[in-house]
Order: sequence, then structure tokens, then C-alpha cells
Amino acid sequence: MTDPKMTRFINRLLWSVVTLLGTAALTFFLLNAVPGDVARVIAGSKASPEVINEIRARYHLNDPWWTRFALYLGQIARGDLGHSYVTDQPVSEAILTRLPTTVALSSLAGVMWMVVAVPLGVLTARFRGSGFDRSILVVATVSLSLPSFWLARMLQYWLAYKLGWFPVATFKSFAHLLLPAASLAILFVGYYARLIHTNMVEVLDSPYIRAARAKGASETRVLFKHALRNALIPVVTILGMDVAAMLGGVLFVENVFALPGIGTLALQSVFNLDPPMIMGTVLFSSVMVVGANWLVDLTYRWIDPRIKGGH
Amino acid sequence: MPLLEIRNLQIDFGRPPHALRAVDGVSLSLEAGKTLGLVGESGSGKSVTALSIARLLPSPPAFYTGGEILLEGRDVLKMSAADLQSIRGALVSYVFQEPGASLNPVFRIGNQIKEALKLHRTGAATDAEVVRLLKLVGIPAPEARVKSYPHELSGGLQQRAMIAMALAPHPELLVADEPTTALDVTIQAQIIELLGQLQQQLGMAILLISHNLGIVGDLADHVAVMYAGQIVETAPARELLKRPLHPYTQALMNSVPSLDADAHRLTAIPGAVPRLGAFPPGCRFHPRCPRAQPACSETPPALLESEPGRWVRCPLWNAPALKA
Amino acid sequence: MNEPLLEVKALKVYFPSALLNRHKEFVRAVDGVSFTIAPGETVGLVGESGCGKTTLGRAVVRLLEPTDGQIIFEGEDLTRLRGSALRARRRKFQMIFQDPYGSLNPRATVANIIGEALAIHHLAPNAAARRQRVESLLQDVGLDNSHARRFPHEFSGGQRQRIGIARALAVEPKLIVCDEPVSALDVSVQAHIVNLLSDLQQEHGIAYLFVAHDLAVVRHLSRRILVMYLGRIVEAGEATATCRSPRHPYTQALISAVPVVDPDSKRRRIILSGDVPSPIHPPGGCPFHPRCPVAEARCKTDVPVLREIEPGHWAACHLAKPGQSPAS
Repeated sequence: MTDPKMTRFINRLLWSVVTLLGTAALTFFLLNAVPGDVARVIAGSKASPEVINEIRARYHLNDPWWTRFALYLGQIARGDLGHSYVTDQPVSEAILTRLPTTVALSSLAGVMWMVVAVPLGVLTARFRGSGFDRSILVVATVSLSLPSFWLARMLQYWLAYKLGWFPVATFKSFAHLLLPAASLAILFVGYYARLIHTNMVEVLDSPYIRAARAKGASETRVLFKHALRNALIPVVTILGMDVAAMLGGVLFVENVFALPGIGTLALQSVFNLDPPMIMGTVLFSSVMVVGANWLVDLTYRWIDPRIKGGH
Repeated sequence: MPLLEIRNLQIDFGRPPHALRAVDGVSLSLEAGKTLGLVGESGSGKSVTALSIARLLPSPPAFYTGGEILLEGRDVLKMSAADLQSIRGALVSYVFQEPGASLNPVFRIGNQIKEALKLHRTGAATDAEVVRLLKLVGIPAPEARVKSYPHELSGGLQQRAMIAMALAPHPELLVADEPTTALDVTIQAQIIELLGQLQQQLGMAILLISHNLGIVGDLADHVAVMYAGQIVETAPARELLKRPLHPYTQALMNSVPSLDADAHRLTAIPGAVPRLGAFPPGCRFHPRCPRAQPACSETPPALLESEPGRWVRCPLWNAPALKA
Repeated sequence: MNEPLLEVKALKVYFPSALLNRHKEFVRAVDGVSFTIAPGETVGLVGESGCGKTTLGRAVVRLLEPTDGQIIFEGEDLTRLRGSALRARRRKFQMIFQDPYGSLNPRATVANIIGEALAIHHLAPNAAARRQRVESLLQDVGLDNSHARRFPHEFSGGQRQRIGIARALAVEPKLIVCDEPVSALDVSVQAHIVNLLSDLQQEHGIAYLFVAHDLAVVRHLSRRILVMYLGRIVEAGEATATCRSPRHPYTQALISAVPVVDPDSKRRRIILSGDVPSPIHPPGGCPFHPRCPVAEARCKTDVPVLREIEPGHWAACHLAKPGQSPAS
């Protein structure tokens, strides 16, 4: 009979495809519902009616949306994401050139917040109930409640513009990434610190922690080797999802700092009412999330030995 | 000098005025190479006493409010964190009740045993030594088992692995806190037999905590019975089991079902173990004691030496024993 | 009445193995078990973890679906019943569970826990009658009327077990399956509960299927004992006879493993080697042969049949002979 692993894999693949198709269809449909004449966008504001009609015909803009969607799918199947209606640049090229910026920003932010969240989570768990723990709780709650565009703006205004410690905008050097990454990191650090805290508290109550102390392990070793390894298991999966979401484009932060990333691309394409680019960025983002989901599942099986067994 | 000497240990949970005294003036002593059985039911304070030997009780909520715990003459309660760390494993090692839960689920057992070696016998922290330890505790195919995760082992094998981990640093004292309670009866027998063998081979002292008098009887040289935070009787194991003197010990033995007796009704001890903070006045056992006299509810009894080497916390110990 | 209350015939409960169903492998939790229980009788079911005794107990009360075989209760085959017909029969058999902490709904009051079945089966005409019945049940199990308003977490393990017993008694069942009811309790509390069960049996004539791994406790309550190993019954007989003169090497090992408080006892310990093998791949021939101290060549190949060694005493062992224990 069929190998259950293979069945699981194919099942997964099919569902991923369904998810992607669904996202694409929904976006396409919504785009269609947005007021605004695409033909006019393409042609430019001074175009004559004949040109506009010709454009309508060429781009099949008079056909019902599902016909156009089918045509679009056919196009994607051939590997062609289309061209921007505004700049005529191939969508895939646009995305690929901007990907490195977003990747750099996301990874830097991820590293920054983990480096801070892990020790905070561990120490607040170790000193649970203390003043230290309680104040970090307040700070964490505030940090994850901040609106991203506001925070980015504030940091930019005060630290870059007023104090001149950081470059204000665009991406010309590594230093240009620091402030944007910091804005992102501040938003996530609170959440992760609390998440790690909660998991650590639970783990520290376990019998195997007492057994590790009984062995003569130092408190540092108990915390950072025995406990953390267990507490991080659920955190890693969430981290994967968050990084994937970021890779799909961190719209507000990128925009505020004028970084040429996928986020800015996506935002611009919406302002420009540029369907192929919008579809392209949305699809890219969905692929990132679905892919991350998959990766996270695999990683989970790998890092938690109790699951590896298959039960 | 005895290896372990506990003098008048007092342990409270919580702070005054709400503190509950879980261990009230417990004194024990254990010579090197011998086995002491500590028997009692839930709420007797036996586990709390055992964990305090290496100061493993989380504090808060536990507080050491009195007494001393002398391990090779040094008071554990006054030790610095660094000193404590150095004796844990090297001088005193533990085996716990649920072996599956006491092994770290994300590390292989070979790794965990090696860690025990690295912490105290760095020179011997080799794979070969880990395999030797696994063989010592009777784990079949040890070279392969080194790579196993705890959840891949049965309860009996997990406990053997824990014993290997506890013995790796060559401790002088092994504290076994209900090591067989969670295991099947035939596996229990294996583990008790193993502990006996290992003691003969390695010569460490064992403090065996259990609620099961039969298990303790198999292995122990001396037995101490605890009730409501106090020791109520101590005696050489054989003597205690043949001729228990304290009414609680007698009642406990009578309530254990035996394969031979014919009675269909077990002799149950009336009432229930008093909760912390709700101990009766005078003798803590008196409301449930068949021999209780009015004086028992007034004066808390002290430990009396009924015979050389036997101590009972009951002024009426000489009264005729209850029928079994 | 000579009719057995419960007759189990060739009961099988197989679970598909989670791992590799490509080979259609099953966990043979219960592998062809037959026995009877007479009204008001206690039959003890003994074995270690993984032997299938808990699965068997649950299958008997239809908490689990049997894969094959019959469960005949008061002449009716329960395996053929479904839905409301089965629910109506459920009044007659109940279960008490091992974990006094997990088997009571923490959000329900004791009165609700005990009274729920009364409501379901319409056993009390109104709320007042129901309350009265709950109070009388509480007293039957040695608790107080005032306990009815409290929640499970306010009670000790032994008290919770009493609540579980009251719950089972509420519908006046003819049979109660006790699944390790005292294993999680202290020795002195155990004694109370065992006595309670015994008293209730005398008063109400309830039959028990007493499932446990502690042979001594089982022996105290049971008239007959069944010993299970890897899903099969390996020995069955009258309680005292089985414990005094076991005819199967596994029973002998179980008996010798029970810790005995008398230091002078001359009992020789039979220490079994190894662990219980996996119920997915039971050994060929006699399932016990890899650990058996007296296994012979034919034990590896021929499956021993449960046969009557002496009147009323059955064993599944090639070496079992009347008047002699195999491993002595």
C-alpha cells in the first residue's frame, strides 16, 4: 500500500496549492472590486479613448474577472508573473531585486530581538515575581502594543533626524539597516520575552530540572542548557512564522525608512493600482508563509525527539 | 562519625504567621555503606526530609527554620551555593520517583550520563565509561542504548538509566525517593535487587524512601517511620518488621494486604492523615490510635529508647500489641 | 440464579498501530479472552502494564469498541447494541477509575457529579428526591451531606475515590468494573476503600470486575482471579488456590515479586529478566517464553491453550501439572 509519509507529503502539497490558489483568487477578486480604471492607469491620464479601448482589448479588461483569473493562472504556470502596468518591469525581476533588502532587514531584526528576548525570558522566569520580572512585563506589554509606523517614525525623527546617530532613510550601507531593524525588533521583543518566560516557568517546574540540580549542575547550566532547550521548542516554530511574514514585506517600516524592499514595492503597487505587481507581491508573500509553515513542521519534528518517533 | 546525620530538622512552608511546619524536629543518622529506610505516607514529610539533604527544596516556599544536616560532618544548610553544587552528585546523588519525568526529554541518555561524569569526574567523562555504567545497571545492548532518548525506554530501563546517572560520580550516599512506586511489581523487584547488588559492589550508603514497608524491609538495615512531620519509630529493619512498637507502625502493617492472610476485611486505620497546620494537640496520632489515653491529647510524646537501638514516640509502647 | 451475570466470549480488542499500517500491524491489546462473572461475585483481573487488563475492563463496559467476540450481560449480547438501547443498558454496569484526580469533573459540584446519572436515567421524580438520594449515597460511602456542595479539588485522593464510587452506585448497577481504584492511594487509605467496596458488595449484591496490578489487594476482594499477560489469560482459578499454588510461571513470578513484610518469610524471589515485550509483535509460541525461567523448546513454537489443570483451576502452560507449580 502507499507509504504513509508519502501520503502525508502529497496531502500537504495539495493543501498548499489550494491555499495559494485561494489567496490569489481572493486578491484578484478584491482588486477587481476596487474602483479605478486600470486602462487609464496603463495608458496615462492624457490618453485618447481609442488608445484606452485598445488597451482594454489587449489586456482583456472587458472580460469577467474569473476569465482573467484563469488567464493569469495560465500565465503563472508558464513562469511568467507578468509586467508592471506602470513601469513595464517584469514582476519577478522587481521582486527579486528587492528581496535581498527585505531579507537583510528581517534577519537583522530577528537576531536583534532574539538576542534580547532570550536572556530576558530566562531571567524573568528565574526571578519570577520579583520587581525585575514585573517591570519587564510592563515594558513587554507596552512594546508589543506600539503601532509599527508610529514607532518607526518616532525613532527616525528623534534618533536619526534630530540626534543624527543613524542615517535617516534609504539603504546605502549596513548602518542604514540598524534603525529599521531596531524598530521591528522593539515590536517583537516584548512578545518573545514573555513567550520564553512562560515556557521557561513551566519547564522549570519539571522533575528533570530538579534532577539536573541534584546532579550538581550550576544554576546557569540548568537554566541555559537543560531548561532553555525545552522551552524554546514552541518558540522556534513561532519564530519561523514571524520571519516568513516579514519576508513577505514589512510594509510600514520599509516605507518609513524608504528601503527598497518588497514591502515598499507592495505598497507602491497598491497606490499605483498596478494589478500584476499587487498580485505578484501577494503571491510571493503567500508562498513565504505556506513555505514557512512547512519548514516549521519539519523543524519541529527534528528538534523535539518525542515527535521524531512518529507517535 | 556517621556519613549522614540529621539533627532536629525543621522545615516550614510559607512565612509566619501562615507558615506550615512540614518537618518537625526530625533526627536521623546513617553510617557509610548502610541502608536506612524512611517509611511514611503522603503528608508524613519523608520526601521533604529527603530532598533537603542536598537542599533541593525550592525556597520559597520551603524554609529551613531549624536543625542541621551534617554530611561528612559539614552542615548542608550553611553551605554556600558553590559548595552545594560540588557535593551534589559527588557526595550525595538522587534517584527519583518517576524516572521518565526526571530525565530531560530532549537529550540522549548517554549525553545525560556523560554530563554527570563531566561535572565531577572530568577525567572519566568518556563514552566507554558511559557504556560501562549502563552495563553495571543491567541495561541490555548498552552501546546502542547510549543514543536513546528517555521516551524510547520502558519504565524499568528509565529507572536503571537514572541509577546509572546517579552513580556515575561515585557518590557516598544515594537517596532513592520512592524509586519503584511508579513501576510494575516485577520491575520493582528487579530494581530493588539491582540496588542491593550495587550497594554490595560499590559500597555507597542508601537512604530509601517509600510508603511500602515490604520493599524497605528487603533492603534496609535500619528503618525510621514518619508520621505528620515527625519520626515515630526507628529500629533495625528486622526488629521493626517483626515487632513494631508504635501503634501507627502496627496499624500500617496491619493495613497492608498480604497474600497469605485469609481476612476479607483489611484493618484500616480510622480517620485520615492530618493536614499540615491542622495537627491534633498532644500526640499527632492520638485521634486514630486504638490505645489512646486522655494524656495523649495533652502532652506531645518524646522519642523514648525502648531498647538499645530502638526508639519509639509513644509512652504506651509497652502496652500489649494489637492483634495482626 | 445459576445464570452468569456477565459472560465474555473470545473477546478481542485490537488497535491499529500508529506507526506502520502498511503491514496492517495491530496492537493486540486483548487477544481472545473468555470468562464469566456470577451475580454478586468479585472476579479479580491481574497483570502488569501493557497486559491489556485496562483495555479489557473498558471493553466490557463498552467504553471501547471490541474488535471481535461477545459480551453477554444478563443474557443479552452487548456488542450488538447501539445508541439508545445501549444507553438504557448502561445503568446496569458502571466503572470506577484509577485516577481520583482526573476522573471527576473539576467544575462540577459533588452533588452534580453523583446526581447526573440519576437525571439521565430518570431515577428520581424531582430535584428534592434527587438531592435526598445523593445524600444517602454520600453516607453510604462514608462522606458527609455537607460535601455535596463542594468541588473535587477540596478533597483528598481517598475521598475523591469515594465520590467516584458513589457516582457508580447511583444507578444501582449490577456490575462495577473497578479499574485500579486503589493504586494511586496511600496504604492506609487503600484499606478504607477496599473495605468500603467489600461492604457495599455485601449490602447491595453488586458484582465486581476488579482490575489491578497488586495481587495482594486483588486477592483480598476476589473470589476468583484471572491473570493476564500480553492480552491473554494465562491462569484462572479460585483466589486463594491460585495464590497458594500457582500453576503458571508468570503467576509464580508475580507472587514472588509482591513485597512481603515478614522478614522471616522463606519465599524465594523469582526475578524475571527483561521487560514486557511489545503487544504489536508478541513472541511466537507461548507469549511468556522469552522471560520464563523454565521454558522448554516446545514453548517457542507451540501456543499453549488455557486448559483445566485441576477442577476450577486453569492455566495456559505446557508444563502445568496438577499438584505442582512449574517453576518450583
